Amino acid sequence: MLNMFEVIETNNMIEHEKLDVRTITMGISLLDCCDSDLDILNRKIYRKILSYAKDLVATGEAISRDFGVPIVNKRISVTPIALVGGCACKGPEDFVSIARTLDQAAREVGVNFIGGYSALVSKGMTRADENLIRSIPQALAETERVCSSINVGSTKSGLNMDAVRLMGEIVLETAKATKERDSLGCAKLVVFCNAPDDNPFMAGAFHGVTEADAIINVGVSGPGVVKVALEKARGENFEVLCETIKRTAFKITRVGQLVAQEASKRLKVPFGIIDLSLAPTPAVGDSVAEILEEIGLERVGAPGTTAALAMLNDQVKKGGVMASSYVGGLSGAFIPVSEDQGMIDAVSMGALTLEKLEAMTCVCSVGLDMIAIPGDTPASTIAGIIADEAAIGMINQKTTAVRVIPVIGKSVGDTVEFGGLLGYAPVMPVNGYSCEKFVNRGGRIPAPIHSFKN
Amino acid sequence: MNKVIITVVGKDTVGIIAKVCTYLAENRVNILDISQTIVQEYFNMMMIADMEHASGSFDEIAAGLDGIGDQIGVKIKCQREEIFTKMHRI
Repeated sequence: MLNMFEVIETNNMIEHEKLDVRTITMGISLLDCCDSDLDILNRKIYRKILSYAKDLVATGEAISRDFGVPIVNKRISVTPIALVGGCACKGPEDFVSIARTLDQAAREVGVNFIGGYSALVSKGMTRADENLIRSIPQALAETERVCSSINVGSTKSGLNMDAVRLMGEIVLETAKATKERDSLGCAKLVVFCNAPDDNPFMAGAFHGVTEADAIINVGVSGPGVVKVALEKARGENFEVLCETIKRTAFKITRVGQLVAQEASKRLKVPFGIIDLSLAPTPAVGDSVAEILEEIGLERVGAPGTTAALAMLNDQVKKGGVMASSYVGGLSGAFIPVSEDQGMIDAVSMGALTLEKLEAMTCVCSVGLDMIAIPGDTPASTIAGIIADEAAIGMINQKTTAVRVIPVIGKSVGDTVEFGGLLGYAPVMPVNGYSCEKFVNRGGRIPAPIHSFKN
Repeated sequence: MNKVIITVVGKDTVGIIAKVCTYLAENRVNILDISQTIVQEYFNMMMIADMEHASGSFDEIAAGLDGIGDQIGVKIKCQREEIFTKMHRI
């Protein structure tokens, strides 16, 4: 029988340490909506999303009430739209109409984001892929809830440098298209290498083509819980430290597993995966940076940061894997700058630089995330940043991503306010030397030697 | 069985258990176990109860308990048992 200390521990995690389920994301395949008539395609997409997800928000809220645990976001991911719209869309404008349909469907069912305005171009781009990519600035400017992601490389196929160069331009154009809102469009655009098919987290969620018709994926959170657990292990050696993280990650993940199973049962949609991620929010006490500082760094960014993060990430996975029947998605500590108060502080005081963040992405999920850079950064430099990050993913057989926001009209020293969960960020300096000749070469970087495993 | 965990936390006062138990009895919720303690004048109580034959839905009873908590100045939470067993039992 349960004892009181266990019950109090769980409720303290929820009430004081910000334990929550970050998102229930319903993946919906739109492959069966394909049609050569754009209007019919849009209608089919709208109808399918509504028929599958109409009860998603209400069910999430009911589960939250039953267990007394907050479920912060209810979201939808769909099949990459470049695949769905290829038959009907003759140009970027046509794709924008699908973005509007997705936005309208998301608003109708009450989810705050819908992901999957995506193209998978790790080896090459079809005409549809390119049209979708070129439509992104307008699509993200005209919609509120649509999120876009582009996969430009993989360990198996190498890096599509044509797509990398194009994405450098598209990120900048998206920033310009949304300049009145501090280039917010870029917060909804992720460039991936090795993108997973079952990621529940935005802005990079899409419903991969390897997935079933519909699926429930759940992302857990709880940096605050880990931080508080580690406060009790101050001065202890690494063995104790690692055990504490594992034990805590297990408990956090069990909540996610319970919520995922319950959502799957109530919505009659199969359970896909739990994403074992420590996802911070701008709230104090809900920060991955604070965990790293609790581990023993004066500020995140100090020497030792990469090692501490590697250890944290690995222990979270070890603890979480046993707590869930299926683990997938991104699974690891997130290090977004604007969404983590500790990261914001470290950047503001000069402890954390873009280059250190890049090093940190080698050992954790996912990549350079929610980083504001000067609005006059050239497209080629953004492409260079994307190429560097994608190369880390390709060589290390992991997912990496770039979500940088070149804030039009702002420069180093300014602060950008995105609002809500997206937080705020100081504009960070970018290395001013050019990589234009490098990114303009065109073509592909071949897959690395260790990808040939057959 | 449809087990729920009811927790009461707040400043100690006369009649907390009586009020909660009366409400549960009126709504045909069977109490299986009660434990309570007082830490630094703060009243902590945990109840394991069975709602199988309850006269109202989970949401109604949880809302009712919440209302009683507001009346007597304590925080009353009602949660399904699984969140605790999942977390603390392998």
